[in-house]
Amino acid sequence: MDWCATSAAELSRQLSNRAISAVELAKYFLNRISLLDPKVQAFISVSEELTLKQAAEVDKLRMSGESLGPLAGVPVAVKDLLCTTDLPTTCGSKFGKGYMSPYDATVVTSMRRSHMPWLGKTNLDEFAMGGSTETSFYGITRNPWDLQRTPGGSSGGSAACLAAGLAPLSLGTDTGGSIRQPAAFCGVSGFKPTYGRISRYGLVAFASSLDQIGPMAHTVEDLALAMDVLAGHDHRDSTSLPHEKPAFAASLLEPRKSFRVGVVREQIEDAGLDSEIRQAVEKTLEVLKDCGAEICEVSLPHSKVWVPTYYVIAPCEASSNLSRFDGAHFGFRAEATVAPKGGSADAGDSSPLVDMYCRTRSEGFGAEVKRRIMLGTYALSAGYYDAYYLKALKVRRLIRQDFDKAFEQVDLLVGPTTPTTAFRIGEKLNDPVQMYLGDLYTVGANLAGLPALSIPCGHSSSGLPIGVQFQGRPLDDCFVLQVGHKYQQAINWKPMPASVI
Amino acid sequence: MNASPYTLIIGLEVHVQLKTNTKLFCRCSTLFGQPPNTQVCPVCLGLPGALPVLNRRAIELAVRTGLALQCDIAPFTKWDRKNYFYPDLPKGYQTSQFDLPICSRGFLDIRDSKGAFEPKRVRLIRAHLEEDAGKSMHDESQGKADSRIDLNRAGTPLLEIVTEPDIRSPQEAKVFLTDLRLLLLYLDVSDCNMQEGSLRADANVNLHIPVDGKMVATPITEIKNLNSFRAVERALVYESARQYDQWKRDGIALGGRPKQTRGWDDAQGVTILQREKEESSDYRYFPCPDLVPVTLSKSELDSAKETLGELPAAIRARLVTQYDLKEYDSDVIVSQGRELVEYFEQAVVAGAPPKRASSWIQQDILRLLNERQQSLTDLGFSAVRLAELTKAIESGSIDTTRGKEIFARMLEDKNLTVAAAIEALGIKSVGDDELMELCRQLLAENQKAVSEYKGGNAKALGALIGQAKKKNPNADPRRVQELCKQILDSSS
Amino acid sequence: MSISSTDIQRVAHLARLQLSETELESYSVQMKAIVEFVDQLQGVDTSGVEPMVHAIELTNVLADDQVRNGLSREQALANSPDHDEECFRVPAVLG
Repeated sequence: MDWCATSAAELSRQLSNRAISAVELAKYFLNRISLLDPKVQAFISVSEELTLKQAAEVDKLRMSGESLGPLAGVPVAVKDLLCTTDLPTTCGSKFGKGYMSPYDATVVTSMRRSHMPWLGKTNLDEFAMGGSTETSFYGITRNPWDLQRTPGGSSGGSAACLAAGLAPLSLGTDTGGSIRQPAAFCGVSGFKPTYGRISRYGLVAFASSLDQIGPMAHTVEDLALAMDVLAGHDHRDSTSLPHEKPAFAASLLEPRKSFRVGVVREQIEDAGLDSEIRQAVEKTLEVLKDCGAEICEVSLPHSKVWVPTYYVIAPCEASSNLSRFDGAHFGFRAEATVAPKGGSADAGDSSPLVDMYCRTRSEGFGAEVKRRIMLGTYALSAGYYDAYYLKALKVRRLIRQDFDKAFEQVDLLVGPTTPTTAFRIGEKLNDPVQMYLGDLYTVGANLAGLPALSIPCGHSSSGLPIGVQFQGRPLDDCFVLQVGHKYQQAINWKPMPASVI
Repeated sequence: MNASPYTLIIGLEVHVQLKTNTKLFCRCSTLFGQPPNTQVCPVCLGLPGALPVLNRRAIELAVRTGLALQCDIAPFTKWDRKNYFYPDLPKGYQTSQFDLPICSRGFLDIRDSKGAFEPKRVRLIRAHLEEDAGKSMHDESQGKADSRIDLNRAGTPLLEIVTEPDIRSPQEAKVFLTDLRLLLLYLDVSDCNMQEGSLRADANVNLHIPVDGKMVATPITEIKNLNSFRAVERALVYESARQYDQWKRDGIALGGRPKQTRGWDDAQGVTILQREKEESSDYRYFPCPDLVPVTLSKSELDSAKETLGELPAAIRARLVTQYDLKEYDSDVIVSQGRELVEYFEQAVVAGAPPKRASSWIQQDILRLLNERQQSLTDLGFSAVRLAELTKAIESGSIDTTRGKEIFARMLEDKNLTVAAAIEALGIKSVGDDELMELCRQLLAENQKAVSEYKGGNAKALGALIGQAKKKNPNADPRRVQELCKQILDSSS
Repeated sequence: MSISSTDIQRVAHLARLQLSETELESYSVQMKAIVEFVDQLQGVDTSGVEPMVHAIELTNVLADDQVRNGLSREQALANSPDHDEECFRVPAVLG
């Protein structure tokens, strides 16, 4: 059986029918990883022993007649920004080399409780800062659809492992589009829930007010099954939503008969939008019409400044969040030199300690992380705070208000996930602004805290996947998934491994 | 006092460790004196991925303190990150409150019961909550200069209380801190143990010097490491003289030099320059995205107000008006804490004459507690017993000397009542008839004293008391004198 | 607002980063481009607009003051680059 093109929902049925065992499934994917991952490089760490042990436990429980959740035995790949006690948590950085977290992220605990074995930790842009999975200390992840292209990022490893059929389900994190953009580039489904829906405890923070964990999968149904495991209030995360957790998968069975869809004028008319992507989105709208959608145009007037707003707020928070990586208490520390160098340290502020900090952080962080730390430090520093950080926070409210107004007219916003399909490795690495503009359509949902889904909606003439984005009202996660599921049913969507692989 | 050539301007920053079981943003214990790095978790270690959750009790205690200090309590308060690198600060930022502190304005009225300065109001600028840092210790045992870091204290809740520069002398500063400490103890919001660092003060100091009809201000220095009230007083005396000398030598005024941070060296009795900050440290404060704001409703504040209890200033005044105590005596009792005030008042309720109870407490009980380093409860002499004893003395059925013997006996045997102690000591009240006979004998045997008395020396009879006590140890000296006078006066 | 290389130096030191000459050069160019890019924000009228810190606005998330077990000292020190049996060790705070 070709498990690599099988949805998690289907695997779940096979497992509960005992047509396959969790160990067989784990072995199947571990084998594919050992064969194909050298080409794709989606994983930073894989532990066969651990995966098989976890899978064997599920099989044992199932044999003993224990009632298990739907995803018990379905293996999952975890972005290496989520803390796990039994595999290193590297964050894609030299700083995290060999770092063993003494605690599990809340989502990791939830997966343990649901008996989901993990296949390994997936590659990412260093500390999730990037849109191409090229900045990891552990190498470049490649797009299974074209190995010369990036899988997107920062959750590039989690997207690529799905596209290459190396895992049936994965976890990503999304600060400005880091789940949705790689999902679009790799032809898979990815969901960023409402901010606060999934606990961030144990997610190594990039920009705390924007970061959300989310599932990535072959189908929206799989995403909903994963949400049932991952979501819920967590007393360890002060920003965790206190609201009752909805039944995500069950809600797919009772979709709304009719709903209103808004197309964002500023996005569909954007000159930078690839015409093939525009056509694919328009085709999606036609399908949605058949599913009961009433389509209209809406405007999000501040969408032009989404990216500048994001590239102030995210680096500011990051500059502070990453201060703890200073070589003092954990992780990498640079070797001591004999005497402190002059360098950029002013004379009055140099000591063996300051020297250790400066060298550790300069050697430990890669270029993009340093760039963002510098940018954030600058925007928060005396004299610039009001002009940049405070200004961005005010614009952020205007952006949210645009969404609120749009959602008075419509129930769902539909548009492109990305302006282009997957770009070539190295293409944008030295042009940060061009790289940042790749987040043009995705950062709005992070700034406003909305649930947002990217699902495949076709291929370009060169065979690269195209993604369409659905954005809903805050807390309306189930509805967004419902429409996505309805769409995939309407087009008779089938998981598809990348053609190259 | 000689007229000083300058006015001393002092503002204080007081860090109060709040009496919570757990830290401000995690549930690690705040117990003092535990082995290093045993009260830590991912949150206070600043490990990647860990997130803070605010301690409810810390908010309650901060509100209590703010209300007692007449502060405005913010209906909306939030958390900010103060960014700087230091190894006792594992996250690379301290979570604090920047522009919306939980308490603002407010004041504390201070006075000196001996009148060393005029009663005055010290205004407060603000009081905000923040997390404490860990401890770093210099160590060269491994052949190189290292710092060892213990993070047990990291994350402990502190309330930082900042005064206006209203304080004008080292004594005022000391009284302010003493009174603040007392208030905090009455509120039960802090242990205020300076040795353990649960009350720490920094002082901002400069001088205003009149020169040719104009006022010249000297550069401000911040003095750190003041870990006793005496250190505060001594450091301020030293620093004001040092600043004056410095100004006489270099004439540099405020703004002419960056703000200095100086540390107090208690052993040498000097302040030592620690750093001079030119850039005034760019802390890049910004709202903490991991924590949500706190709102406090009027009704919450009203009910918090009701639980404050009576506070030292009010009690001091009440003891004077209600029991006719002297201000000084009232002050001594109140300064000992709520337990002693309650003890005093329980004794009065049980019938103790207030003034006698007050002086008995001050002279005997406090002295003993001091000597024995005991608490009132450990002493085991209840307020009811104190009432019995002082009543007996007041009524004259026993004298003060006998009273002290009885007190000592009762401390030995904690089950004894005053009556039982009297019995045990063989003390009997001596009737007037018996005493009259004793006095006649006394006078007959002491003709010299008699003639002196008759010659106009009223005090001459005092010499007879010792002999009276020898004849009958239970004789009340006051009554013996009275009866002697009666005999002599009626016979003339 | 434009960003000077003195700014870059100052910011690097605040962030405890030591930049090589080449880094300094490339960062100056890139930071200038990024700052110009985010300067688009200056054109947005935000008068009377409240800053928005959180994506979802919650208040009063509080925990009870009850001790819970944390980590053992062994766990606490396990990932540290230098420690003795009790404490983290770092180069001297004061040189």
